[in-house]
Amino acid sequence: MASFILNGEPVSIDADPAMPILWVVREKAGLAGTKFGCGIAQCGACTVHLDGQPVRSCSTPVSMAEGREVTTIEGIAGPNDELTAVQEAWISEQVPQCGYCQSGQIMSATALLRDNPDPSDDDIDAAMSGNICRCGTYKRIRQAIKVAAGSAQPRNEEA
Amino acid sequence: MNDMTPEKSGKKERSKLAKWSRRGFIGAGVLAGGGLLIGIGVRPGNPIDKLAPKVAAGEGEQLVNSWVKIDADNVVTAIVPHCEMGQGAHSVLAQMLADELDADWDLVKVMQAPTDGSYIVSDTARMFAAPFTLNAANWIEPTWDGLFTQLGRSMDLMITGGSSSIRSTGQYSMRIAGAAARKMLVGAAADAWGVPSSEIVTRDSMLFHEASGKSATYAQFASAAAEQPMDATPVLKKAKQYRLMGKSKARTDIPAKVDGTAQFGIDAVPEGLDLSYAAVVRPPVPGTEVVRMDVGTAKQMPGVLQILNMGDHVAVVAESYWHAQQAANAISIEWSKPASPIRTMDDQYQVFAKALDEAGETGGEEAAARGDAQAALGNAATRIDAEYRVPYLAHAPMEPMNCTAHVEGGKCDIWTSTQVPLAARSEVAKALGMGADDITIHHPYLGGAFGRRLGAEYVAMAARVAKATGYPVKMIWSREEDTQKALYRDADTCRMRAGIDDGGRLVAFDSLFTQRHDPPEACVPAMYDIPNTSIRVAEAELHLPFQAWRSVDHSKQGFFIESFIDEAAHAAGADPLDFRLALLSEAPRHKAVLEKLAEISDWRGTRTEGTAKGVAIVESFGTIVGEVVEVDMSSGKPELVNVWAVCDAGYVMSPDGFRNQIEGGIVFGLTAALYGELDLEDGAIVQSNFHDYRMLRMDEMPEIEVAIINSGDVPIGGAGEPGLPPVAPALANAIFAATGDRKRTLPLAKQFT
Repeated sequence: MASFILNGEPVSIDADPAMPILWVVREKAGLAGTKFGCGIAQCGACTVHLDGQPVRSCSTPVSMAEGREVTTIEGIAGPNDELTAVQEAWISEQVPQCGYCQSGQIMSATALLRDNPDPSDDDIDAAMSGNICRCGTYKRIRQAIKVAAGSAQPRNEEA
Repeated sequence: MNDMTPEKSGKKERSKLAKWSRRGFIGAGVLAGGGLLIGIGVRPGNPIDKLAPKVAAGEGEQLVNSWVKIDADNVVTAIVPHCEMGQGAHSVLAQMLADELDADWDLVKVMQAPTDGSYIVSDTARMFAAPFTLNAANWIEPTWDGLFTQLGRSMDLMITGGSSSIRSTGQYSMRIAGAAARKMLVGAAADAWGVPSSEIVTRDSMLFHEASGKSATYAQFASAAAEQPMDATPVLKKAKQYRLMGKSKARTDIPAKVDGTAQFGIDAVPEGLDLSYAAVVRPPVPGTEVVRMDVGTAKQMPGVLQILNMGDHVAVVAESYWHAQQAANAISIEWSKPASPIRTMDDQYQVFAKALDEAGETGGEEAAARGDAQAALGNAATRIDAEYRVPYLAHAPMEPMNCTAHVEGGKCDIWTSTQVPLAARSEVAKALGMGADDITIHHPYLGGAFGRRLGAEYVAMAARVAKATGYPVKMIWSREEDTQKALYRDADTCRMRAGIDDGGRLVAFDSLFTQRHDPPEACVPAMYDIPNTSIRVAEAELHLPFQAWRSVDHSKQGFFIESFIDEAAHAAGADPLDFRLALLSEAPRHKAVLEKLAEISDWRGTRTEGTAKGVAIVESFGTIVGEVVEVDMSSGKPELVNVWAVCDAGYVMSPDGFRNQIEGGIVFGLTAALYGELDLEDGAIVQSNFHDYRMLRMDEMPEIEVAIINSGDVPIGGAGEPGLPPVAPALANAIFAATGDRKRTLPLAKQFT
């Protein structure tokens, strides 16, 4: 039995302690926003927060979460489901294409901005280079992070 | 497929739309609650009444044809026949329809059309079946190799590919459906109000008659409109009348992609089904089969339910995917001896070399010819010869291949990410020995595809596993399976020769290569005015199974042709951009693209120490894209600084979405140019995951600037693929400009260690 806080709620889930958090949240908790990309912590699609820090959930056994807080993409919005500044920026900058990697991108960006509210380009490179986007939306991800940080203006719609 | 038989009519005076509509079928029906449903199909007979319950049943249903639905609450629903795999087509198609309909954009919804054999992507089908009924030869796109096969076999044309959604479905179905619906609504209101149709104005999903002061919502006349005569050739708006087309509307699929609620194929959890999970082990060498399987401890591993020898693969079914994959990793399998003698990439390149040697200087199949290339090469003042190579590539979409299947009571339900739902259905029918009508394909968003999901072999595999186990099963391929045992962009070798005259003019161009898929014209540098051209193909065997990969043949030919044109420019002592401009005397749109590109990239400006710029221009899928790459070689390795792109797609329907696609094509192309390569060892692929099959990452990104030219009055071009082909040659040309080192083999990064 794995017991931890999932998106603010205490849960006890019957799972093999070696089972990665990714598969526990997807298959057992029914939260499919966290994605499987590579299984070896190379792509970042599975990024969640463990006690606020971004981790690759495909390679983190659920035993590591025991008694700790796991936050997934479903758990970052406000109490009334209001989107975070990062999510709003992802919309204003029209970042996603296929969207499959974006949960992981948003989780990495959210952690970056929490620790560093005004990141430089180098900071963004360092925090985001573990997340692959095969559609190639990196330019927009960078811009959206700056918009969320308040260091760039949101895109003018219809331009 | 009689109704799709190409018709070589000489009636050139008919407009393209008229030709299309005459062949097509447009019909209307009434929805429950009094709504209006309009559609266009190519099959004889009015399918609307049969389809109305399916599209009216709710948002949960899926797939194909071109429809508009107006509900009693005045909401207009665009029912789009294409899947959404990141290209943004859903929103843009809705924009095109809503604009012609004069709909209120805030009251427009998008719904994916249901998977049904009555529907095909009619306009796409038409482009494949009867391309010469269109009069603009240079934008016809007989793309996607597999589709020709499918076309002949079964007409399973529910596809998303070939950068076709906007320029074919949008232009030839959505706009007509919108305009026809508007006309019927106006007709119904005119009858009811006793006024001429010409006096009725439409705006924001409302009808107005100014003289009498009457007004009504579309919904009020929706059911009466269904009784109005259909106009199969409604007058479409001119560009200056567009209100939504040409504007960057926010994409409707994006909100769900930022809060984790977007449903991809891999997320399917069908209601009421207790899913089991399958991991699979497929043959490392294509075409081989299981000879012997030693399950070892796998069967006793926790959660394992069944281990199945399926002949062409082994499937482990377990309570979770992770348990299934752990057990699959523990099984040892002996595979049959491969028939192909190719064991390494050296072997593969030798197979290419043998075919090229045999074709020699004049042999092979002629793909295109002009003048007398052989004579002109012999007489040229300067001759250059070069051999180029490109490797096999995997598509590597972020969502690995997966499929959920449930077989019960003679029916089969499938949930999967696919570009070809109807073809997938046929493959499942064949694999299970069932009728296609007994199979339902549910297909949510695709986590990337890039051509990979034009193949549907994984769908049939999952169906077989589900049938064999008797459980509903979600099959997921590991990233390793996805990288090593999939379908691939072909490798090739291309030999090129060019002749330059005393005046520095390119007078002869000859190329010979072994792989030609689609589009067939990709190998022809048709935009350049070269008096003597010979393009030849000497077919050779491929070890790995082929699948169209973003931009298909353009991904190789763009590199071959545009690198070699650069070599010719340097051999002629000319500036590479000026050299191209001089060859574009017959191609004003291409010339304008290069001129704009020179301007925004400051091509003629001063060069920063250690950096250099390279240029390339490729027309693909109806869109002309010129790109300049600026590379910094000061560290001895290529570091990307800037990419400028200028694109002429005729008219861009959604500029921001278009730019996003071009940016994506550039990144995809840079990944391939720098890193993309699959090696073979004992006939099996060596690379397995993102650590050794590298992708471009955030810290390697150049600045990208995309400029759009709306040259107008030409058929509109695609967006998903055209950004890719110029980037590899522009990068290699930049490296040459910086170092004098001509790189004729991809990928580039490992050549600078």
